[in-house]
Amino acid sequence: MAHDKHEQVDAVSGVTTTGHSWDDIQELNNPLPRWWLWTFYACIAWAIAYCIAYPAWPLVSSYTKGALGWHSRDAVTADLDALKQQRSGMTAKLAASSLDEIRQTPELFAFARAQGKAAFGDNCAPCHGAGGAGAKGYPNLNDDDWLWGGSLAQIDQTIRHGARSTSDQGHSGSMPAFGRDGMLKREEILQAADYVRSLAGLPTDKSANLAAGAKVFADNCAACHGEKGLGNQDLGAPNLSDKIWLFGSDKATIVEGLMNGRGGVMPTWHGRLDDTTIKALTLYVHSLGGDQAR
Amino acid sequence: MADAPLPHPLGASADDAPLYAPRKQIYPQAVKGRYRTIKWIVLAITLGIYYFLPFIRWDRGPNAPDQAILVDLANSRFYFFFIEIWPQEVYYITGLLVLAALTLFLMNAVAGRIWCGYLCPQTVWTDLFYAVERWVEGDRRERMRQDKGKLTLPVLGRKALKHVIWLMIAWWTGGAWVLYFADAPTLVYDLATFQASFVAYLWIGILTFTTYTLAGFMREQVCTYMCPWPRIQAALTDEYALNVTYRYDRGEPRGSVKKNDVLKLQGLPAGDCIDCNQCVAVCPTGVDIRKGLQLDCIQCGLCMDACDNVMVKVGRPQGLIAYDTDMNVQARIEGRPEVRRIVRPRTLFYAGLMTVVGLVMIGSLAMRQSLYLSVMHDRNPLYVRLSDGSIRNGFTIRVANKTLDERRYSLTLEGLPEARIDVVGGDLDQQGRPTVTVGPDQTLEARVLVTDTSSRAEDSVPLRFVLTDLATGDTTSTNDHFKAP
Repeated sequence: MAHDKHEQVDAVSGVTTTGHSWDDIQELNNPLPRWWLWTFYACIAWAIAYCIAYPAWPLVSSYTKGALGWHSRDAVTADLDALKQQRSGMTAKLAASSLDEIRQTPELFAFARAQGKAAFGDNCAPCHGAGGAGAKGYPNLNDDDWLWGGSLAQIDQTIRHGARSTSDQGHSGSMPAFGRDGMLKREEILQAADYVRSLAGLPTDKSANLAAGAKVFADNCAACHGEKGLGNQDLGAPNLSDKIWLFGSDKATIVEGLMNGRGGVMPTWHGRLDDTTIKALTLYVHSLGGDQAR
Repeated sequence: MADAPLPHPLGASADDAPLYAPRKQIYPQAVKGRYRTIKWIVLAITLGIYYFLPFIRWDRGPNAPDQAILVDLANSRFYFFFIEIWPQEVYYITGLLVLAALTLFLMNAVAGRIWCGYLCPQTVWTDLFYAVERWVEGDRRERMRQDKGKLTLPVLGRKALKHVIWLMIAWWTGGAWVLYFADAPTLVYDLATFQASFVAYLWIGILTFTTYTLAGFMREQVCTYMCPWPRIQAALTDEYALNVTYRYDRGEPRGSVKKNDVLKLQGLPAGDCIDCNQCVAVCPTGVDIRKGLQLDCIQCGLCMDACDNVMVKVGRPQGLIAYDTDMNVQARIEGRPEVRRIVRPRTLFYAGLMTVVGLVMIGSLAMRQSLYLSVMHDRNPLYVRLSDGSIRNGFTIRVANKTLDERRYSLTLEGLPEARIDVVGGDLDQQGRPTVTVGPDQTLEARVLVTDTSSRAEDSVPLRFVLTDLATGDTTSTNDHFKAP
């Protein structure tokens, strides 16, 4: 390169300068280190080869496929298959064993709970919360109160077929809308609400007519909830005498339930989740607060 | 002698250190002597340990590997003779690193960069590579002549032979490394029959490359430009640390043997240094030690050997270059007495710290249990109200059984007298306490439910989980809290 006449040579180092000067500090025109240049060239060569070998350039309606035929979707599928393969031993054991057998085998039980926890996060957490804490109208799975029963078999049935769901084998039965459908007068509903609160040991107004409420309860509610309000798991009728309230225990909420009825829906998971996953889910949910766990 | 001002050679001037200089090839000359012998012995011991340690066996009984030193990444175990470290105990590695750093500091306080000169892997392997180079291509003069001359076929052959031997050493270095991560004899067989994992071959490849490059080509550049230690070391050293020192009070003014003899006869100042440049010729980093302490000097002592050999030949006392301090050089010039103090606050402090860290590590190793318990409180929900009004908290516990037998442990609670504890999926022992059973050398995760029937007002009560080995009665405990509305 012919030297520009403006180009200057630095007196100290004997190297030409770039002519750039900031506050009288001049930039030397030292060459880049050779190893750095070769690394740079190698990167360029690598990038070109990479663009040819792998999918790289977006086209109008598609993209360059790459000479190696690699596809990210295939890679994910291969990874998932490898994972399934890796787990196949335990999964096969899980599929072959009954719920009780799994619960007796610590290794299998731990595997099932881990798998169940993951499946719970994917499928159940939107309603029941990440830890199964539930919300108003969505049962807390950590407590000892089970609308449809908390044994392994009962939980399995509920997950598999749901409640008030699309499945013929799911749980059915719901709280009628006594007020909206004109089955009870407003006066009777208020009396029943007071009586239900007294069943659970909750305080009631002095003016409350509990005797009248008890009559309304015996005539209309006892068929499902039992004479003492202990509930009936076959019908999904909650125990009204305990401390757990799915929708809330204040009078207004109870009145609202009596007026409009209740009927939360648990979807059916049979067909949507495979058998092993449902098993794992059952064991996980049971370990949260299933029947014996109290 | 004191009134003749000596040129103070300490610290290279700006003229000696250009801002940018391409690397000059260094041709260190072979040397024999006390420090060279020490270096050969250290080289043999350290490389011997590195190459053959994986083959030492250590019987740990059934269900456990019998390799004395094994980093078992697949099963997350680290075996070091009688010590077995689990992932929860990586702080022992931290302690070991702290101890290593303190050892380095102490070595530095006593004798400068003695680590760099004798023990550093970069020095040891570079030394070995130089030995190979000397054996194949000849000593300093032959190599210089050969590199200046034409690239003839015999020269090419010698160079090729050198690189082949270098690569073999480098390859064996990488190969020995992977042996620490798997059963060595099995892995050697698998490697030879091409059955070993790709990762093993990859690591051998990487380490072959780095050894070949660093010891064969980068050499002193690693010490000068890449290694942070000389820079830290400069800040840690003090005037009492012994360094490889050119005693310029004795050596200057330098001159030929005859000239200086004449000067001495005339009563004029004359030094012992005959300016033969042997100290520079043998230096593996190309330093002129007579310019004083420099960053490039790794203090390997080879210049001392070279100088001593020359001094014997010219009939002058040895030790013109010796382990000494600049302070003492100055003291001799000024006629003050020399001061040698190895025991001083700095060395006592480092030695004391090393003792403390060492004792803490030994103590905690001796007292650690074969049993480990960790407890994690459920976060969602923190607590749950049961149908009878009592409050329940969920916990996930992890129990590690570090013994080689299956063990059964009972779990009890302290801090909440009315509370009951249940282990989901666990059974009860004879006293009705919930138990967990953990297989040999395994961990188990279990769900624990704690139910409190009392109606206490506090929203958080301290709890202690106590795990008892039913076979030995050993216990371990972990603290947590019981949460209430």
